[in-house]
Amino acid sequence: MSRARSGGAHARPPIRMFRNFSSKLAAIPMVLVGLGVFVGGTIWTIVHSFTDSRLLPRLRWVGFDQYERLWSTRRWLVSIENLAVYGIVSLVLTMCLGFLLAALLDRKIRYEDTFRTIFLYPFALSFIVTGLVWQWILNPEFGIQSIMRGLGFANFNFDPLYNPDLVIIGLLIAGLWQGTGLIMVIMLAGLRGIDEDIWKATRVDGIPVWKTYVIVIIPMMKPVFVTALVLVTSGIVKLYDLVVAMTSGGPGIASEVPAKYVYDTLFTRQNLGQGFAASTMMLVTVAIILIPWAYMQFREKRQ
Amino acid sequence: MSATEITTATRNASAVAPRGAKPKNPFAPRNIMLYGTLIIFSIYYLLPLYVMLVTSLKGMAEIRVGNVFSPPVEITFQPWVKAWSEACTGINCDGLSRGFWNSVRILIPSLILSVSVAALTGYVLACWRFKGSEIFFGILLLGAFIPYQVLLYPLVIILRELGLFGSLWGLVLVHTVFAMPINVLLFRNYFVALPEELFKAARVDGAGFWGIFFRIVVPMSLPIFVVSGIIQVTGIWNDFLFGVVYTRPENYPMTVQLNNIVNSVQGVKEYNVNMAATLLTGLVPLVVYFFSGRLFVRGIAAGAVKG
Repeated sequence: MSRARSGGAHARPPIRMFRNFSSKLAAIPMVLVGLGVFVGGTIWTIVHSFTDSRLLPRLRWVGFDQYERLWSTRRWLVSIENLAVYGIVSLVLTMCLGFLLAALLDRKIRYEDTFRTIFLYPFALSFIVTGLVWQWILNPEFGIQSIMRGLGFANFNFDPLYNPDLVIIGLLIAGLWQGTGLIMVIMLAGLRGIDEDIWKATRVDGIPVWKTYVIVIIPMMKPVFVTALVLVTSGIVKLYDLVVAMTSGGPGIASEVPAKYVYDTLFTRQNLGQGFAASTMMLVTVAIILIPWAYMQFREKRQ
Repeated sequence: MSATEITTATRNASAVAPRGAKPKNPFAPRNIMLYGTLIIFSIYYLLPLYVMLVTSLKGMAEIRVGNVFSPPVEITFQPWVKAWSEACTGINCDGLSRGFWNSVRILIPSLILSVSVAALTGYVLACWRFKGSEIFFGILLLGAFIPYQVLLYPLVIILRELGLFGSLWGLVLVHTVFAMPINVLLFRNYFVALPEELFKAARVDGAGFWGIFFRIVVPMSLPIFVVSGIIQVTGIWNDFLFGVVYTRPENYPMTVQLNNIVNSVQGVKEYNVNMAATLLTGLVPLVVYFFSGRLFVRGIAAGAVKG
């Protein structure tokens, strides 16, 4: 048993607290982080979102004023809209692309490792690096637009980073480049987990490969898809660095996102109450996505 | 039905079929489709790396007349030198080297602290459970899903109270905190799978909590330490948000400094220097990635199933 017990002259220590003492001592960081930072911090932020804190946090209650102001701020509305558009498109494309690449790699091809390495390496890079490279490639003077014009398409226009209507596309190109590799790896792991006999059976029945994927394999991989879904969505909500590096929210406020709104309100505009309200809304968004998933996991475990 | 599938099918029915793979046509329509698609995607994924490299090796004059994809006519390493030691951030002009060394000074203690705290916690959760330990673990895992923005300011206050706000050690602490959920999960799941007889034997021999940890668990768990280390190195090196919030400009990590160099509005934009700087910043995680190969994949797959 633990040391504490042997210290007590081979008898049980009188106080339960001291049983297994070293283990409890080693668990202190976990308790501090869990309760002190995660729970405590979250509650602190939510509580202060109902105050009129500006430069410094203070507890002067204003009810839902901060939320009312938040939802009537154009910049926040644009941020939410951007996140929704980016989120939905990126989710659909990441899942489709990730699955497609995984399925291609799973076709017993040559150089599988090489291809996998190529598809996954962007994931090792930061969003800052990703954003800056694509900013350069999408540069209208030297990048894709100028090349297409040079090839004879004189009217070819593709300058997403300078066009408020297209800027989300620019972010998507870079975001997908960075993130699809991860989903591909997860999908590939899922595909490898599928029994070879199932492939044999469908082959014997003469079902075409694509049809096997659609009617047999994809339904079987539901848990993998759910994991990937949760992963992608929680990543999307965090979207921040990429925007900062690529567009700084511009042109104008066309590519603002909630995480950037929170940062700017808290640290550059020093409007704390407003920032806390915005971050609480982000938490609510995550909760709306996660609670059904957690419920599903829980139900599956009980069955 | 396709060539490879038939081949595998025949191979599996080895007793009847003639031995050896059936000779197949590498230019069958299926193969052209398959490899064609893979190659097109590979181009999309490799393009930025290529663009970074060629741009960083060109002179500005050459960039102005060409486009981002044209290979360098005259190779110059000047942009690299400038990016490393002369590029301006708006505050100072000693290049990325400052950010690089800051990142190194942040990375090493963060790595050691976060991996050891996570390993110890995982060990408690796997081998020395006490009443309530699972609840704390659950809370910790939930923390992985809280958007960082919610906790940014509370952590500012905590660090200020501890007198660490703005210092490197404050940032180290923040990295350790946010690394805990996923890494603890990783270690716990690995330690749970170790054979229980070992612990029993060690306890009969008089080893206690720390003895078992240092003399049995740690030496047996090298792979998971490597996996966790890889996650941490890339995560900490690529961090931007925490660096910007919790450190002062003289301590800014490389990513923050890179962004300041490239997106600074002063002066003429030197695209070649910018790309050299970008590539330099990406180099550390890329090296980790290319050398760790399968372990990296294992790490992210493990990280993926968090919660």
